[in-house]
Amino acid sequence: MTEVVATSVGSSQVTANRSSLLRWLSHGGLMLGLLILFIVVTMAIFASLLAPYDPYLQSLPTRFTPPVWFPGGGWEHPLGTDHLGRDYLSRIMYGAQISLAIGIGTAVVSGIIGTAIGVCAGYFGGKVDSILMFIITARLAMPVVLVALAVVALVGSSLTVVMLTLGFLLWDRFALVIRATTIQLRSSEFVTAAELQGASVLQIIGHEILPNLLNNLVVVATLEMAQAMILEAALSFLGLGVPAPLPSWGLMISEGKDSILFEPWLITIPGVFLFALVLGTNLLGDGLRDVMSPNGRN
Amino acid sequence: MLLNVENLNIDIATPNGSLAAVQDVSFRVSKGETLCIVGESGCGKSITALSLLGLLPKVAKRTARQMTFDGLDMQSMSKAELRALRGDRLSMIFQEPMTALNPLHTVGRQLSDVYRAHRKASRREAKERAIYLLKQVGISNAAQRLNQYPHELSGGLRQRVVIAMALMCEPELIVADEPTTALDVTIQAELLRLLIDLQKSFGMGMILITHDLGLVSRIADRVIVMYAGQVVEAAPAAELFTKPSHPYTRALLGSVPDPSYPRMKPLPSIPGTVPSLVSRMEGCHFFDRCPLACDACRQPIQLATIDKDHEARCIRVGKGEIRRKVVA
Amino acid sequence: MSDKPVLELRNVTHEYRGRRGIFSQSAPVRAVDKVSICVERSDILGIVGESGSGKSTLAKIMLGLLAPAEGEVLLDGWPAAGMTRRQIAERVGFIFQDPYSSLNPRQTVGKIVAYPLYLRGEGTSAERQERARKILDIVGLPLRFFDAYPNQMSGGQRQRVAIARALITRPKLLICDEPTSALDVSVQAQVLNLLLELREEFNLTYVIISHNMSVIQHMTTNVAVMYLGRIVEMNTSERVFEEPRHPYTQLLLNSTLTVAPGAGVPDLKVDTAAREAMREHPSYIAQ
Repeated sequence: MTEVVATSVGSSQVTANRSSLLRWLSHGGLMLGLLILFIVVTMAIFASLLAPYDPYLQSLPTRFTPPVWFPGGGWEHPLGTDHLGRDYLSRIMYGAQISLAIGIGTAVVSGIIGTAIGVCAGYFGGKVDSILMFIITARLAMPVVLVALAVVALVGSSLTVVMLTLGFLLWDRFALVIRATTIQLRSSEFVTAAELQGASVLQIIGHEILPNLLNNLVVVATLEMAQAMILEAALSFLGLGVPAPLPSWGLMISEGKDSILFEPWLITIPGVFLFALVLGTNLLGDGLRDVMSPNGRN
Repeated sequence: MLLNVENLNIDIATPNGSLAAVQDVSFRVSKGETLCIVGESGCGKSITALSLLGLLPKVAKRTARQMTFDGLDMQSMSKAELRALRGDRLSMIFQEPMTALNPLHTVGRQLSDVYRAHRKASRREAKERAIYLLKQVGISNAAQRLNQYPHELSGGLRQRVVIAMALMCEPELIVADEPTTALDVTIQAELLRLLIDLQKSFGMGMILITHDLGLVSRIADRVIVMYAGQVVEAAPAAELFTKPSHPYTRALLGSVPDPSYPRMKPLPSIPGTVPSLVSRMEGCHFFDRCPLACDACRQPIQLATIDKDHEARCIRVGKGEIRRKVVA
Repeated sequence: MSDKPVLELRNVTHEYRGRRGIFSQSAPVRAVDKVSICVERSDILGIVGESGSGKSTLAKIMLGLLAPAEGEVLLDGWPAAGMTRRQIAERVGFIFQDPYSSLNPRQTVGKIVAYPLYLRGEGTSAERQERARKILDIVGLPLRFFDAYPNQMSGGQRQRVAIARALITRPKLLICDEPTSALDVSVQAQVLNLLLELREEFNLTYVIISHNMSVIQHMTTNVAVMYLGRIVEMNTSERVFEEPRHPYTQLLLNSTLTVAPGAGVPDLKVDTAAREAMREHPSYIAQ
């Protein structure tokens, strides 16, 4: 089909661009994912402008104010306040910063490790591949949450520690996907062509292989982001993630669990935001895979 | 008349708009007749074949004024009726044997399954039939081959199995889409010969889809030449090769390297490439590449009768204007 | 120097190691068996054979992608074994069968064509681009393709890009592995004509590997027929096609379906015994 479509460049380039835009726009899941992420990212970036209060400002007299739609709530605190009287909406907005930082930071760290391992295993094959595959298998045998808990407990918790720990634990999917794609690319004729012209290994990897891995990298990165954000919340909930006054959504759920029967919104509100962000990221990842793979520029 | 197709149209929905993959294609096949559909990639020949078997992808929409198999209206058939017809009275041979065979089942099981799906037969009868057909397609130790898996066979053997499978229920019509293109030349010739011998002895009608003009010239009774979704010429084989009328047919025949051409000298070639079907063309589809194109070719052009059973879609047909050599 | 053959293979042998099991190793497969070939300047040597005949392995050896287990490869009289990749690349260019996988889908045509120059560190970026434009013009691609991506082009156009990439460094020898078998008939003629034109223009020497006997007959001065790793017949093109002597060459020619209305497909009947006989049959190699 692509062959029929791709004939004369002048006009088809225009239609190709237009059609790929159409394909993006007509993908419901992708658009929903982008919308959710757009909202969360805006919240995170402009938290200091948008947030009505300082997220750390305590006000014991107004503690446990319910959200606006509950009896007793008011527009003063649209999402209510927590057990220390901190404004929940402000904390949610600043919390978005933490979730996104963890998500992106982890995806970058694990992406670099996983890509390096995957490209080496796929490109060199043979013994290198066997050794790296063993390392990947060993990594898969490790229980992520347990190891992360142990590391954070030993080193002490901070945003950076959580980010790096998760980054060093979540590269396996990158490595496997990149390895498989690299093996495929390695045997394609344009790589042989570069080899024949005397390109060095680094030149081949940089010029021929990496650009063709971009699609896969982006898709896996979004999936890993979602994974990392959930893990961060889980760690924080267990008290070993982001340290206390920081408004992490996981930590907020943890702090709210004591009053689950009386003030359930303390759990549901950050829970819903976390759910939405993870859903949005996953939808984005799935959507990108759909629109980027079959007829796209690849 | 075994198969009658009139004004077949197939539209494929693509992100760039609807693509008229097949436009107003008509043909007939009788018992024992070989119809060849020739054309280059993207001309619509394979999708025509798939539509006959009701195997079009979901994005494709088929309409036809008439489409009958042995008098049965194929357009009004339910999926179950079509499935009953397919593999039984109507079967297909694909280009790539590995995709036609299930890697998880033995050759014997796959052959018997086809038979038992359409006939009330015991396992034993099906097995005997399978052995008989494997022998027919020139596989010597047939009984042992039954227990082998497709990956244990060479490409040539696999395609023989596929042919045997297509013949299990003695079909009346067989549709072969580039049945030997993936094979070595010597095996190709051997298998084609076999297929044609079997076709003769079973009295089957055959639709052969190919780009190999040499093959077509040798075995076709009737040929239709397709270009960019349209039939540009349809004729009995002998006539098509001796009196090609459409400029495209002529140019295509001319561009095959032939021993009669002076060696190491330029071959007659067709400039340009096959046009995109997305932008709907009003006039002649060959316009951009045709050396004889003129303003009149921008009008919609109908197939014009040249001779008995010989038609071409060109305004100059019958006016004696087409010169001998279209491409200098 | 100019009287030295452009490419010479002397008794080249290559074996693929057999499949290794835990306890056993199957016998090695001799893909190329004592092949000697001499390609003089401006020859066009055709190598024909079926899958498994060793012609693709031979191409890899000629390109220096595989080192022969025995024998040697000489380029302009110099052993290729002692050359660097770059030195080989200066002498030998190549065109692959599949123009869809031989071009990096993420690079523009201009970049693809100029890349070999970049790898050699020749000229400035602007000069390289200029040379790429020039060579694209020579292979008959309009300039608007310079910034296009390969998947916006047809098979024939892509093959032209591959040819431009092969020629930009001005090698003397071009090895073409099935250069047109992925193309349509009408486009095949365009590409073959281009190859003939370029040969005149750059005084090129070709090795064309193909299973298509009509293409080989039209395009070559000399032909080598390979069967099971050996050259079973080698002679000038005319001789091979007019008077094929080895039974395998005869079989190949008989299997070729030329346009012959109503002639039917010849009944070749190649059984195992016939194949065995072909294997044992002596080779005909003209000096």
